[in-house]
Amino acid sequence: MKTKLFEVAGGALALLAVPAAIVLTDAPADAGRAAMPAPAATVTLPAGSVSWPAAGEYLVGGRPVAAPRIKVTLRQPLEIMAYQVGATDYLRCVADGACRPLDPRTPRAAGMPVTGVSYDDATAYAAWYSRGTGESWRLPTDAEWAYAAGERFGGETSVEADDPGNPAVAWLRRYREEAALRRAPDPAPKPAGHFGPNANGIYDMAGNVWEWTSTCYGRTVLSADRSKVESVVDNCGAHAVEGRHRTYMTNFIRDGASGGCAVGTPPDNLGFRLVREPRPLLSLQGLRGWLRSAQARLAGPDARTLS
Amino acid sequence: MLTRRQALLGTAAGAMLVAAMPPLAAASVADTRNLPREKVTLVAPPHVHAHEQVATGGPKVVEFTLVIEEKPIVIDADGTVLHAMTYNGTVPGPLMVVHQNDYVELTLINPETNTLAHNIDFHAATGALGGGELTMVNPGEQVKLRFKATRTGTFVYHCAPGGAMIPWHVVSGMSGAIMVLPRDGLKDEAGRQLHYDRIYYVGENDFYMPRDEDGNFKAYESAGDAYADTLEVMRGLTPTHVVFNGARDALTGDNALKANVGETVLIVHSQANRDSRPHLIGGHGDHVWEQGKFDNPPAKDLETWFIRGGSAGAALYTFLQPGVYAYVNHNLIEAVELGATAHFLVEGEWDDDLMTQIAPPAPIMAN
Repeated sequence: MKTKLFEVAGGALALLAVPAAIVLTDAPADAGRAAMPAPAATVTLPAGSVSWPAAGEYLVGGRPVAAPRIKVTLRQPLEIMAYQVGATDYLRCVADGACRPLDPRTPRAAGMPVTGVSYDDATAYAAWYSRGTGESWRLPTDAEWAYAAGERFGGETSVEADDPGNPAVAWLRRYREEAALRRAPDPAPKPAGHFGPNANGIYDMAGNVWEWTSTCYGRTVLSADRSKVESVVDNCGAHAVEGRHRTYMTNFIRDGASGGCAVGTPPDNLGFRLVREPRPLLSLQGLRGWLRSAQARLAGPDARTLS
Repeated sequence: MLTRRQALLGTAAGAMLVAAMPPLAAASVADTRNLPREKVTLVAPPHVHAHEQVATGGPKVVEFTLVIEEKPIVIDADGTVLHAMTYNGTVPGPLMVVHQNDYVELTLINPETNTLAHNIDFHAATGALGGGELTMVNPGEQVKLRFKATRTGTFVYHCAPGGAMIPWHVVSGMSGAIMVLPRDGLKDEAGRQLHYDRIYYVGENDFYMPRDEDGNFKAYESAGDAYADTLEVMRGLTPTHVVFNGARDALTGDNALKANVGETVLIVHSQANRDSRPHLIGGHGDHVWEQGKFDNPPAKDLETWFIRGGSAGAALYTFLQPGVYAYVNHNLIEAVELGATAHFLVEGEWDDDLMTQIAPPAPIMAN
């Protein structure tokens, strides 16, 4: 029983590094449609690995625990947009009929990142942009985002019970930590570049626009020694959103601050950036390679493995 | 050319002409001359000035000062600015506490820096429109009013400068509350003594902020500039904000209310304009004076209580579990979308007997 569950879980963990929105079409851009955005400036990071607190909720013995640190290896270089997708770029997709219009209140001047967009909007844009460029663009996985964010990766406040007999201790601590995160709200979106580059030369990560990822929200039950996965229930109706801290939002939510938050502290604004697949089409062999490269292992101070 | 300020002042002056000042009864001055006097320094809500729950000694004259301050305040995280009208600079104004048959002696100051005429109507007072007729002050004036606190309970006070100015001043933040305690303190339905370890004053306000054609809240130079547009929104009777303590999230995060397991908390809740229905998520109202009037026996074990617009109520609760509690207006649209949510952070020992999670979330078991 445990083994079977582990296989399920291992597959789910491997998916952390697998693109969820690969566009497999190679149809050329329709010349009669609205002009495509100028080619996006990208940063290509070398292949490497990232050890980060995995997204989702984790239970041990029925109690919430801190997310295990998982090591994910990216076997291929990661090409990611240097800036978040801009408002004017998104509006081209709207003009083309492929993206939902923005709320009238959303800033839309040239040079502004697009905000007020849902997961559904972001994936619609990625599909349109891929069609138009003949390339394959998608949202980053949470692991890829953490890899790209480097020193700006914020993680989330721990739900781990400080006192196993009193769940309220953790609730109160987490409340105070989240209150501290929100102490200086500055929700108005800023022009692209305002928050500067990180060490990888990627701009505006962990500014006041949070970014959608392709990683589903999920609840994972770990064994008592936290070395094995006993069960995983994924909820792909919500996805991990990365920024100053990680949170999870329901797919159709466009305004993170005013509600719809699945779990965690609401973000100021919701936007996104895309990563480019090295090839528009993945061969079956390539896909197998992807899965192999995405073998997830528990790492960190405890250096336990899942196998 | 009549400026907006002159026009607004003119409205107030007109109201004052109608309200001919009756002479103060000389006899009552003699009645209170020998009473002990106490000068109270008011504190900003949700906190309440130190006070006795059971009065020692006989009635006294309790002196309060309210300084009216017109000032812009930010009412949500988007930075929406309300040109507020305030008593002592806070929305709501501070809670005053006296005992039955004390005399409330209020000095109401309208500094020259303000632009509008103001007054105060105490629902706890008898006569002269609650004192409103006797307290109209223009910028640069002050007035002193005394009234006898004959009835016990929690009562709203608010500005009521006449005509259309009344609702506008109230929805601009100009209200507060006074609590008149029985001299021998609070009693349960059987006449047994009740006591609170902490008291919080939650003033609820409904705001009506005009929007531009894109739906953004508009910014104005002054309260007067906002008046015409605000009146339009007010007439729709649909508030854009329903908040506790003057702003969305004013009683959450760093400013969340505090208590410990085993402590009894009295929550005084006022709404000067519109109905509300307080509810403590995960808790109850052990003893609730829904109408706020302590001569009536308190209702027990309430889940939600009703605060009529234009009144203040009081709920007594002893916290039994630690954790984060939300205190909301249980019209949940108002609580979540419009802002009427406060939080209590309660420290103490968890009671497994009261609640425990038998089986944590897990995949559904096949039968």
